[in-house]
Amino acid sequence: MTPPPPIGLLAELTHRCPLRCPYCSNPLDLVRGSDELSAAEWTRLFHEAAELGVLQVHLSGGEPAARRDLPEIVAGAHAAGLYTNLITSGVTLDEAGVRELARAGLDHVQLSVQDSEHTSADRIGGLPGGHVRKMAFAAAVAALDLALTLNAVVHKQNLDRLDEMIALALRLGADRLEIAHVQYHGWALANRDALLPSRAQLDAATALVARVREELRGRLVIDYVIPDYHAVRPKPCMGGWGQQVIVVTPRGRALPCHAAESLPGLTFENVRHSGLRAIWYESASFNRYRGTDWMQPPCRDCENAERDWGGCRCQAHALTGDAAATDPVCDLSPRHALVQAAVVRADASARAFVYRQFGNAPATVDA
Amino acid sequence: MTPLSGSMVPRLARGMRLTEDRTRGRLVIQAPERLFVPDETAVHVLQLIDGARTLDQVIDELAQRFAAPRGEIATDVQEMLADLMERRVVVA
Repeated sequence: MTPPPPIGLLAELTHRCPLRCPYCSNPLDLVRGSDELSAAEWTRLFHEAAELGVLQVHLSGGEPAARRDLPEIVAGAHAAGLYTNLITSGVTLDEAGVRELARAGLDHVQLSVQDSEHTSADRIGGLPGGHVRKMAFAAAVAALDLALTLNAVVHKQNLDRLDEMIALALRLGADRLEIAHVQYHGWALANRDALLPSRAQLDAATALVARVREELRGRLVIDYVIPDYHAVRPKPCMGGWGQQVIVVTPRGRALPCHAAESLPGLTFENVRHSGLRAIWYESASFNRYRGTDWMQPPCRDCENAERDWGGCRCQAHALTGDAAATDPVCDLSPRHALVQAAVVRADASARAFVYRQFGNAPATVDA
Repeated sequence: MTPLSGSMVPRLARGMRLTEDRTRGRLVIQAPERLFVPDETAVHVLQLIDGARTLDQVIDELAQRFAAPRGEIATDVQEMLADLMERRVVVA
């Protein structure tokens, strides 16, 4: 069966970032700046992507604005006809910088916040003064009438202030609030004990969201999903392996999921040497876990197989050692107890974590 | 549902773009990290929502174009717009 054309391109422009969030989705083995794709290479790729059926590009990182040629990259995406979304920490862009991006054709800004107030936010982000700079950035975005989503990354050290984060989104004039529970890959997995919320915390947050969503209907769109470790069924990771999204790393590797390089036995093509169309339809890596043929029981016989696609391959591998296993988040997985045990262990753990920075990766990650 | 005022001037909210999806042969509304695929009727309405026409003018235009009773068109358009406004795709 021919797979559908991709909808989205997640462009990881760089791994450089002034923040050091302990839940970063980047791999533990960070790429240094010297080997990044050039703006011209990205622009060529955006045209290939649009030709292939991609509609939206998400400019991410690291911090995409750590690249001085970001306006050129935005202009390239816009010229290719893509809807252009900037995923930023907001700490490096001033008003002139935002204006330049808007002029280059930027459609939307997603600004991350680490907490509702600066002391905790700066501790989590690992950058003194970072939160205040984010607030100034949000004001600059609002002044230009650019669409703004506030992305509140939540975990056990800030989830109890979710009401304040919702108030912050309103105060900043955001159109949308994404309440993003940490996903436990890469750095976040290494720091899971310090971050995974308790069931009680989660239930309080979920109830709050249900109530506030109703109150704010038509004013603020709130995106919220139950996080993996407390869910019954897994998420369709990236909308399914090779179903919707292509991730391209700073060095040009094309991945079906941003953590896919953690999987053993897979080689990923590079957009410097291979066409995006061939990568999407023909590469061994994009076909490896595409569809349902690779599945084992219980996924193979499950009515949800084409709904959640067996969950996340990287999470299955990280937790069970088998990339083709059912994501243990699923309560039908024979290894589901691993996830339950992780919650119990995190409940009993302290708040200390390892910051994400070059050379700071823990030697081993105990899943 | 409270009926929307005929004099309001609806427009796509910031960050929303009605674009052609050539690969899949359809029109879509590009939204922040999501995509709305309007049905045929909605496409007709959305193409008239330009931040200049009033809701009454949109309804008049459609009633004329489809030679349909104005009341019926008005009900359909009102319902559709109310839904799009709740989801902040359209603002006035």
